[in-house]
Formats: sequence, structure tokens, C-alpha cells
Amino acid sequence: MEPREEVVRADQLNKTYGSGHTAVRALRGASLVAHRGELVALLGPSGSGKSTLLTALGLLNLPEKGRIALAGQDVVVNGIAHGDLPSLRRSRIGFVFQKSNLIPFLTAQENVRVAFKINGQDGVGELRRSQELLDALGVGERSDHYPEQLSGGEQQRVAIARALAMAPPLILADEPTSALDSHRGREVMDLFKRVAHEHGAAIIVVTHDQRTLDLFDTVFEMEDGILAPARSAA
Amino acid sequence: MNLAWKDVRRQKGRFALTAFGLGLLFAIVLAMGGIYRGLIEDATLLVDRMGADLWVVQRDTRGPFAERSTVPADLEDRLRVVPGVAETRRFSSAIIQRNHHNHSLRMNLVGLAWPWDRGEGLPLAEGRTLAQAHLEMIVDRSLGLALGERVHLGNDDYTVVGITKGLLGSGGDGVVCVNEADASAILAYQPSEALRLEREARVSRLAHTELDSPANEERLRGDEGILPALAPPPTNAILVKLIPGARVEAVQRTLAGWVEVTATSTEEQRQFLLQGVVEKSKRQIGLFRALLGVVSGIIVALIVFNMTAAKAHDIALLKLMGAKTGVVVGLILEQSMMLGGLGYAFAFVIAELSFQYWPRRVVVGFPEFAGVAVLVTVITLISSLAGIHRALKIPPTLVLAG
Ligand SMILES: Nc1ncnc2c1ncn2[C@@H]1O[C@H](COP(=O)(O)OP(=O)(O)OP(=O)(O)O)[C@@H](O)[C@H]1O
Ligand SMILES: [Mg+2]
Repeated sequence: MEPREEVVRADQLNKTYGSGHTAVRALRGASLVAHRGELVALLGPSGSGKSTLLTALGLLNLPEKGRIALAGQDVVVNGIAHGDLPSLRRSRIGFVFQKSNLIPFLTAQENVRVAFKINGQDGVGELRRSQELLDALGVGERSDHYPEQLSGGEQQRVAIARALAMAPPLILADEPTSALDSHRGREVMDLFKRVAHEHGAAIIVVTHDQRTLDLFDTVFEMEDGILAPARSAA
Repeated sequence: MNLAWKDVRRQKGRFALTAFGLGLLFAIVLAMGGIYRGLIEDATLLVDRMGADLWVVQRDTRGPFAERSTVPADLEDRLRVVPGVAETRRFSSAIIQRNHHNHSLRMNLVGLAWPWDRGEGLPLAEGRTLAQAHLEMIVDRSLGLALGERVHLGNDDYTVVGITKGLLGSGGDGVVCVNEADASAILAYQPSEALRLEREARVSRLAHTELDSPANEERLRGDEGILPALAPPPTNAILVKLIPGARVEAVQRTLAGWVEVTATSTEEQRQFLLQGVVEKSKRQIGLFRALLGVVSGIIVALIVFNMTAAKAHDIALLKLMGAKTGVVVGLILEQSMMLGGLGYAFAFVIAELSFQYWPRRVVVGFPEFAGVAVLVTVITLISSLAGIHRALKIPPTLVLAG
């Protein structure tokens, strides 16, 4: 079996919020690797540091110790950025969150097009591609609707379509199904699995939902800022 | 895809209402400039329209507009023989306010030197110039009188024969032109009882002079015209037109030797009006304009700041997705420019549609429109800074906070 291509690697991340007696050590040497086409689950109790790890991988907060590499390239080392992080975010990473993922004054299709636009691509090709993505995620009919006119599940599909727009190698999702009922939640997780396999993206999903774990290739368990593999890909 | 426009599109009504409010504000700033220019034009209009090269007025006064001036009527004839003088005519001007059909009519009465001047030089819009020596008047449209309408002034009814457009006195009151003799009659008119009392008073004043004689007393009891020396001086100024090629300064130098009069050029008359009549209004309006400019600035800044704050979550999302700073700055800048632009457009329309009906003349032309356009641009740009400053401080992780 040939070695799978590494998308993201986190090494010994340490992150402390605040200082002095109010300091909170959210990450205490968390390490993780995700590969192309791999669907990764992050489990763990509330306050264990899952969101902190995800935003660190998303280059939104910089852990003061440890190393983050994208496609083998160090981008954050001991709290110092190597390279243009916003540029890496807009071209290499897709984000999906629990809720309020979408820009309320844009239609579903425009919300997807924004991902192209901030990369300087705003043509007919992008318009067509946005529509295709919405079609593929089953919300093609809703492309002219505003977020407030969509159900929670539909909103998450649009958000996933947007995360996929630039075909990023890494997609980060923080509790994307917690606002949905279990049926819709499973549908969204199914979508992630399909996207991971079809697009070859590494998808890291923070979830509390034990019932969908069967869909994941790898499951990490987070406890007090430390990551332990609960189950690894076969 | 323009994000600024997409956002505006979702709240068209609110945005338009805000822009309309700003439009009103900008329109008032615009009007301030226009009123100032109107003030200057009104003030100097009559001076310009009378077409004189020199105004000969009472010695050391700045009449006849800036202050009261009286000169003897026969000065007209004496001036006519001064070298360089082509034409002379009497000129009188006074503000009168009379009741006409139960509403008060405030007029700037001007006497035309019939028969040389019948009002040919006036900006006539309707009707004709004076055709008979007596009881005809040319009035300005702003007074609201119709052709053929009769107005009771002094002891007589005057008929409107002509209507001018935009002929206002320095105070902004519509000008009424009548024969000079009629003007004197209107101004000097007193009810018969007042005349009788005045005649008695004259006789008693006479008793204290060495002129006291039965013959003189008899004369004083008659019409005042019989005794010109005791009659009020009949005109405010003599207008002088020079022969082509004659120099204003040369004639002024000649007249400097005349002890009872001062000769001012038309330009000097304009300056009297601008310095005297308009000066304070000008400063007041300038102050008002500056204050309104500041108020507009503060209001626009607050609006832009609030529009930005309302989009904090969306801006955070854009930043989280990795949008360049330019995208966020552009969103705010474009939106404030749209607001300013639409507000300016409203101001323009308000100006075009309504300024002509304002009580005082509002003269807005390219300089005023351009000036306010520059002001609006500066205000919106500076105000955007407030919003941009706010936007740049929004952390991308705000999205995660829910
Ligand atoms: N901005 C912050 N400032 C200070 N402390 C923070 C901040 N964000 C998170 N923390 C703290 O860091 C710890 C980890 O938080 P984090 O949000 O990563 O947990 P989590 O595993 O995502 O929890 P949950 O399942 O409730 O979302 C918590 O103790 C939290 O209180
Ligand atoms: Mg969390």
C-alpha cells in the first residue's frame, strides 16, 4: 500500500488562553495527521479543546508552541506564521460551522460564489460551478433563496458547497450537525464522507454524535487538551 | 458580484430612507450656498439693471440703496452739461408695504425718469413698458400681481402693465416701477388732515423767522410745490450715463468739486451693498454651512459605523474564509459611497424641483453643485474610516461565538 498524501500535520500544539491565575491551557501537546480522502472525527467532552484545535488547524489562532504543516510545508511554528495565512485559508481550507455560516444578504448561490470571489475569481465559470455544487449537494433548487428562507439542513449543505468551492485539500467542520435532527445530521455526515472520497479532501469534523461514528475513517478522542486516537483508519 | 450592492439590495427601503434623509441635509447645505449667491445677486441686481455709469447721491452718503440719500431734482439738469455725460435721470427707491386685497404687499418702489426711461432696460417677461406718464406700473412677478390688476397706492389706483422676472431690490423684495413723479407722489402722500396740520405747522415755524410776512404765509398755506425750497427734496439719486469713451474717474474728479453730492461708480455701489447689506448675512450663512457640514459628517459617520457593526458577523466570516483586507475595506467604502452618492442625487433632485419656490432666491449653479459634491465625497471618505477602523478590529473567530 503506497503512503497516503499528507494534508495537515499538527505536532505538539500548546495553546494557553489568558495569563496568570486566569490562564486556561486549552491544548497541551495535541498532535494529529490527516490525509487526502480521510474523514476524521474529533470527539471529547465540552471544554476539552476541540474547537481550539480546529481553529489552530484553520490558522485562525496560533498555538504558542508546536508546529502546523500543510502538505508537508511548515506554516506555523511556535506561534510564528510562515507565509500568508489568510491566503492559505482562502485557497487551501474550507470551513463549516455549527450555524450562522452563511452571509444573510446573499442568496445560496451567491454564498458559494463568495468563496471564488475572495480568490479573485468572479466569472461565468464560477457561477456555473457554484450551481453545480449546490446541485450535487441537493440544494440546487434553492439557489436563489436567502439563508433565512432555508432550513438548518439546507443551510449546512450550502455551507458545505461553499467550503468545497475552491476544492481545498482540507475541510474543517465544528459541530456541523448539532443544530440538526439526527436524520438530517446523518445525511450531512454522509455528504462529508462522499466529499472526502470523491474530492480527495481531508475532512476533520468535531462531533458529539456517537451514532455517526461508523462513517468516519479515523476517530480522535480529546481529553484536557491532549489527543488520543480512539480508532485509526484501517 | 458586488457585495456592497448585494447588502444594500436586501434593505432597499431602509437604505433609500437613510439616503433621503441625508439628501435633505445635503440639499440644505446646497441651499445655504444658493441663498448666499441669491443674496448677492438680489442685492446688486437693481444696481446692475439700471445701467448707469455713475450714481450721484447726497454728499458723503452711500445711497441710495445702502442708506438714505436725497438730492434736488434739478441736479439732473445741472449734471447733463458736465463734460463726458451723455444722459442723466432721476432715480428714487424706497420700500413700501401696503395692504392689497387683505394681504400685505412688500414692494421696492423705483421711480423711472419718464419720458426718457419707460422701463426699456428692465427684464420684462409679460406686458409692456410704461406708455403713459401717469398711473401705470411695472411689477415683479414675485409680487404675485397679474397684468391689468389695479393696486391702490397713495391717492390713486395704478394698473399693472408689465411684469418683470427676477427683479428684486437689495432686500429681496419685488421691484415696482412707476413714473418718477408718481413715485414721489406715492411716497409723499399724506391724508388731507395730515396736510392741513403740516400747513399750520409751517405757518407757525415761519412766525419764528424773519421771512414772516402775510404774502409768505399765504404761499405756505398753498400747495407745497409752490415753494420748492421748503418742499422735501424730491429724489434719491441721479443716474448718469457717460458718452462712449469717457472715463468714469475723470467725471468723478470733476464732480468731486461739487459740494453737495458724491458720485459713485456702479462698481462702488455694488461694493456698498456687498459690504453693508450682505456682509452679516454672508458670515451667518457661512457659519451655518460649516456647522451643517460638520453635522452631516457626524451623521454619515454614525450611519456607516452602524452599518458596519450590523455586518460584524458577516465581516468576520469573510475574514475567516481568508478574504483580503481590501475586500472588507471595499465593502464598507463602496457602501458609504453609495449612500453619499444616493444622498447627493436626492439633494440634486430636491434642489432642481424645489429651490425655485423658496421664499428667497436660491441661486445654485455648477460651483455650488460641485462644492457640495466635493463635501459629500470628503464626508463619506472620512466617515468610512470610522467603519473601516471598526471592521479591521473584528476578529475572524467572532463567527465561532455564534
Ligand atoms: N477565547 C477564549 N478565551 C479564554 N478561554 C477560552 C477561549 N476559547 C476557549 N477557551 C477555553 O479553552 C478551553 C477549551 O475550549 P474549546 O472551545 O476549545 O472547547 P471545546 O472542546 O470546543 O468545547 P465544546 O464542546 O463545549 O465546544 C475551555 O476551557 C474554554 O473555556
Ligand atoms: Mg467547541
